[in-house]
Amino acid sequence: MTEISRRQLMQLTAAGALAAGVSGGQAFAADTPMFPIEKGAKLQLLRWTGFIESDDAQWKKNTEAFTRATGVPVTIQDISWTDIQAKSGLAAELGSGPDIIMGFYDDPFIYPDKLVDVSKLCEYLSKKHGGFFSVAHSYGYDVPQKRWIAVPIGAPGAAVVYRDSWIKECGYDSFPTDFDKMLDLSRKLKKNNHPIGLALGHAVGDGNTWCHWMLWGFGAKSVDADNKVAIESKETYAALKYAKELYKTMIPGVSSWLDVNNNESFLAGQISMTINGISIWYVAQKKFPEIYKDTRNATLPVGPVGHQTMFNLFSQAFIFKYSKYPNAAQEYLRFMSEPAQMDPWLTGMEGYVTPALKDYTKLPVWTSNPNITPYRDALAHNHAVGYAGSPGRAAATALNDFVIVNMFADACVNGASPEDAARDAARQLKQIYGT
Amino acid sequence: MSDRVGVVNSAAFARPSGSWLRRMLDRPNVLGILLAAPAVLILLLLLAYPLCLGIWLSLTNAVLGTPGHFIGFGNYAILFHDPVYQEAVFYAFFYTICSEALKLSFGLGLAILLNRQFRGYRVARAIMLLPWVAPTVLSALAWNWLLNPQFSAVSWLLIKLGLTHSYIDFLGQAWPARISLIVVNVWRGIPYYAMGYLAGLQAIPKDLIEAASIDGATRITIFRRIIWPLLWPVTTILLSFSTIWTVTDFQLIWTMTRGGPLNATQVFTTLAYQRAINGGSLGQGAAVAISVIPIMLILAIIALRSTREGR
Repeated sequence: MTEISRRQLMQLTAAGALAAGVSGGQAFAADTPMFPIEKGAKLQLLRWTGFIESDDAQWKKNTEAFTRATGVPVTIQDISWTDIQAKSGLAAELGSGPDIIMGFYDDPFIYPDKLVDVSKLCEYLSKKHGGFFSVAHSYGYDVPQKRWIAVPIGAPGAAVVYRDSWIKECGYDSFPTDFDKMLDLSRKLKKNNHPIGLALGHAVGDGNTWCHWMLWGFGAKSVDADNKVAIESKETYAALKYAKELYKTMIPGVSSWLDVNNNESFLAGQISMTINGISIWYVAQKKFPEIYKDTRNATLPVGPVGHQTMFNLFSQAFIFKYSKYPNAAQEYLRFMSEPAQMDPWLTGMEGYVTPALKDYTKLPVWTSNPNITPYRDALAHNHAVGYAGSPGRAAATALNDFVIVNMFADACVNGASPEDAARDAARQLKQIYGT
Repeated sequence: MSDRVGVVNSAAFARPSGSWLRRMLDRPNVLGILLAAPAVLILLLLLAYPLCLGIWLSLTNAVLGTPGHFIGFGNYAILFHDPVYQEAVFYAFFYTICSEALKLSFGLGLAILLNRQFRGYRVARAIMLLPWVAPTVLSALAWNWLLNPQFSAVSWLLIKLGLTHSYIDFLGQAWPARISLIVVNVWRGIPYYAMGYLAGLQAIPKDLIEAASIDGATRITIFRRIIWPLLWPVTTILLSFSTIWTVTDFQLIWTMTRGGPLNATQVFTTLAYQRAINGGSLGQGAAVAISVIPIMLILAIIALRSTREGR
């Protein structure tokens, strides 16, 4: 009961902010179609199953509003986010399938020539809603072709999730903001029998997220700006050396963890800290009231490089050229990106998706609870997959082959020296990048 | 009346009719081809075409969405030096050999046990089938929980029995993970062997065994000299088909480890999927998949020959 009231309040607040012109005061222009919709148009959308209940429900409501406004029926098919890549790959290969797909990471850069140019739409959205975060630009804009091939949506962002009382027992009032203090705290937590837990198995989201963040946090990178392999560096060795120390403070078994394991362990009270989307906090709120009371979220600490180096899951929507209704598809994405739809969607999810458009991070939901605020900033200092090189097939292969996660696991779990672990990773990256 | 009809029909069969189509259909070689055509077409469309396409893709640099160009054996040359592929080859063989040896042994043992008529033997036979009929993904998820590093029921039991002091990291270390997957595969595959062997055992004439017993043969001698030789055709068929399924196993490994930790449990299928679908390198993914074909071909030939011999 309390929960419903709180959420209703947030939605009302969002609506109030909308009326006050959070998004440049142009919210009410949303109903004017920008693209001439094809006669008899109907759309199919393939998207990921919502991580949070209200995601799917609100998206469906917004879609129904689109159908009412335009007469275009939209069929939504939702599947697990880890299966999207295979489905979109098949659609690209077969030249048949959903008109629009909401994919992840650099999916559109694997088959850029198969996608509709959405430059007009992206430029419009960017201009109207405060611009895209730079990482969103990387995931949607095809630099060689100088055109947008995907409409950035946002990131199910990551933040530190921790137990407040346990870090206080270690003498910390809040979660540390740098790597050294984080290691110190982790050691103290371990000593108090409250180990931390970060996935080192083939966890597509969680494993890649923290390993890349840590690698970049020391100024290291897989490849340079010219896509030349650059993993064998003193920065990488420093990152691995640090990770080996941090691993000693982790709960046994993280090397087999897939994406779901850290959620389970945290909610079972077995770990004191992990890095995750807001889902742990959200589920705790609904089902684990005791743990919820003690759960806090914080922005990821900054490494020796001196600035934030996050890596997050990122979703963007792209339209295939085989679609008979590219204008209707663009109009749908525009409609869904306007405040009347985007505000309740983001607000209802209570911070699960950090929006790609900067203006939407000003919504009241982001400051309605201090545990939601860290997720607001998930895209502000984010690198794209394949950093410092360009996104594309090689970067996708390296990510899917878990080259960086395996390098960390090799050093932490297998006890390989940083030099040996980095050498193995370099060998694989050279195979993948062909350099 | 009936005699008259019979005479008329015989005459119709005996002399060629005036219709060209009927004359053609009367020829056994034409009719045979026509009757086999639908099956051949289905095989060509559903098996030969994808296989040929796979071979062709493996010889190109195709990526998702673009057909690519012919590059000869370039993909195979890359794979030959690829450490991940080498790990996949190693584990695919290790996984298959160990799983098959264990499934065969336990399956045979179980079949011998179930070949007796005891109270509730029908129920026992039905229960035995459960691991085989349960969907792979569901049983893989259940095993994931059983082997979970924090919540494992297996570890809990071992701790209670005083055999270990802490939870075992079954899937987090290379060798425990490799062995755990073999155990799960064996658990799933035993019923297949057991049912096959049970059918084989029941087909052995009882008088042969009785005669050997009367002549003073021990149980071991009866098994070695009579039962095992008579089960040999069944064994080759069971082994060949089961090996083919194990080499191409994907769901179990993907659900439980995704080829990790590191690449310790990577096999041909998981790597092919990872490269072709997730990474977009269709050519290379196809090369990984096609590289297993020579092994499969040998197994298929053995299976076919055994089937003929068995007949």
